[in-house]
Amino acid sequence: MEIDPFIFRLSIFILSIFVGYYVVWSVTPSLHTPLMSVTNAISSVIIVGAIIAGLAGNSDSIFNTSSIFGFIAIALAAINIFGGFLVTQRMLAMYKKKKKDK
Amino acid sequence: MLSANLSAIFYLISGVLFILALRGLSSPETSRQGNYFGILGMIIAITVTFLSIGNFSTGFVVILIFLLIGGLIGAFIAYKIPMTAMPELVAGFHSLVGLAAVFVAISAFLNPDAFNLGSPGNIKLGSLIEMSIGAAVGAITFSGSIIAFLKLQGIMSGSPITFKGQHPLNAIILVLIVVNIYLLCTTQSSNLFWILLAISFLIGFLLIIPIGGADMPVVISMLNSYSGWAAAGIGFTLENTALIITGALVGSSGAILSYIMCKGMNRSFFNVILGGFGATDQTNSTQNKEQKPVKSGNADDAAFLMKNASSVIIVPGYGMAVAQAQHALREMVDTLKKNDIKVSYAIHPVAGRMPGHMNVLLAEANVPYDEVFELEEINNDFANADVAFVIGANDVTNPVAKTDPQSPIYGMPVLDVEKCKSVLFVKRSLSPGYAGIDNDLFYKENTLMLFADAKKMTEDITKNL
Repeated sequence: MEIDPFIFRLSIFILSIFVGYYVVWSVTPSLHTPLMSVTNAISSVIIVGAIIAGLAGNSDSIFNTSSIFGFIAIALAAINIFGGFLVTQRMLAMYKKKKKDK
Repeated sequence: MLSANLSAIFYLISGVLFILALRGLSSPETSRQGNYFGILGMIIAITVTFLSIGNFSTGFVVILIFLLIGGLIGAFIAYKIPMTAMPELVAGFHSLVGLAAVFVAISAFLNPDAFNLGSPGNIKLGSLIEMSIGAAVGAITFSGSIIAFLKLQGIMSGSPITFKGQHPLNAIILVLIVVNIYLLCTTQSSNLFWILLAISFLIGFLLIIPIGGADMPVVISMLNSYSGWAAAGIGFTLENTALIITGALVGSSGAILSYIMCKGMNRSFFNVILGGFGATDQTNSTQNKEQKPVKSGNADDAAFLMKNASSVIIVPGYGMAVAQAQHALREMVDTLKKNDIKVSYAIHPVAGRMPGHMNVLLAEANVPYDEVFELEEINNDFANADVAFVIGANDVTNPVAKTDPQSPIYGMPVLDVEKCKSVLFVKRSLSPGYAGIDNDLFYKENTLMLFADAKKMTEDITKNL
């Protein structure tokens, strides 16, 4: 009997939850805000689904209901990707160590 | 055109890069590199998607245009947003992830052929379940985040909105969602799909309105978690590893943050989610304690106290963010340091409106992060410090949490500010904080109240130093 591919995806999912659990506990509390903004950015990898949806229309009709939803989703996810990574970058650039002046 | 196996490997790589991006955040030094890993992962994922579809016709150009529009808006926001508005920004971004998940689910439902999920009206059962869960969670994330955004932005009142029968109503709607998903999967009816989305939007809205302003750190973290689960649901539908990994990472990240925030308030997750905190106790506590004597002082007194101290601990809170006092505060600290006074900052886990809110504001004001300490790291130092300077914080310093089992905040970890030789408390008035209870600290022998706007008071103290 063959294993359903769903089980493999489920395994990846469960293991990733554990990876996430341990990785996030090691995040220093002072970086919790950048953590939220960067998780925001990376969860927008949902854009891959939006791209598939957007390209689904055939050459005669680029715009059908399904692909229009895809296009809008692309724009929404793009706001998040650029906004999320850039604002994280901006925040992280501010974290500085004490100048060693002694 | 990229083969399915090869693209799966690239998606896996971008998933790993996302893990590294979070890993980098374990210290400020590695965090910037981590962010680049994240960006690289995203570029790989997007490029691979284009290559694996291999369709570079007009549709491709249209996509690039939408990508560019979104990107420009995002970049513009990222550069313009003031650091004090970070909680609103994050809530707003969560709503976008939720909505994007909903839209992807809609297009997959309308055009399942494009995703290899079957044909309209005959979608594979597993995919349909995953899709409807992803869509429902996405919709809840969207409407919930919108409410959180409006509350944080002050467009909507931050006080809890409660009504009779709220919890039974929510429970009924949640049951309806499950029933609806079941019926949707058995009948494949598109009407049911739209109804599912509508009631999910509704429940997201209803779940967040009873939660008050100071519980926002929990709400934001929770919505962060939801946005991850929504992404994971869609990831299962699209059979995309990068999306599944990311969804799981973000989901558990948000869940952990919610847990840390709840622990910081010594409240259970359900207690926060069921909401209405502060609304019930506000009346009974404020009246009978008004008579106690309070010592109040001016900037001159405060400056005198600090000048004669050898170590000062600063306790910032949400009030500092509201007054935008972080820069003025840093200038005051610079002056103190010139006088050889040791200064450190103590941050309570739930200070501000989102996890790490205070740290970002201090970093913005060029405060070195190694002068900023968490509650457990610094709590023992209060006993040896001369002055505690409380600016915009209240409940997180209330000793009642340790002494009075009747108090609603009893058991909450608090900063032991009262152990300092003297306490300077910058506040606009004696009004109780969010929990609606009086702060005993106001009436202590060694407390000097400084009634003023946080920013103005800090500037005045600097002038007097």
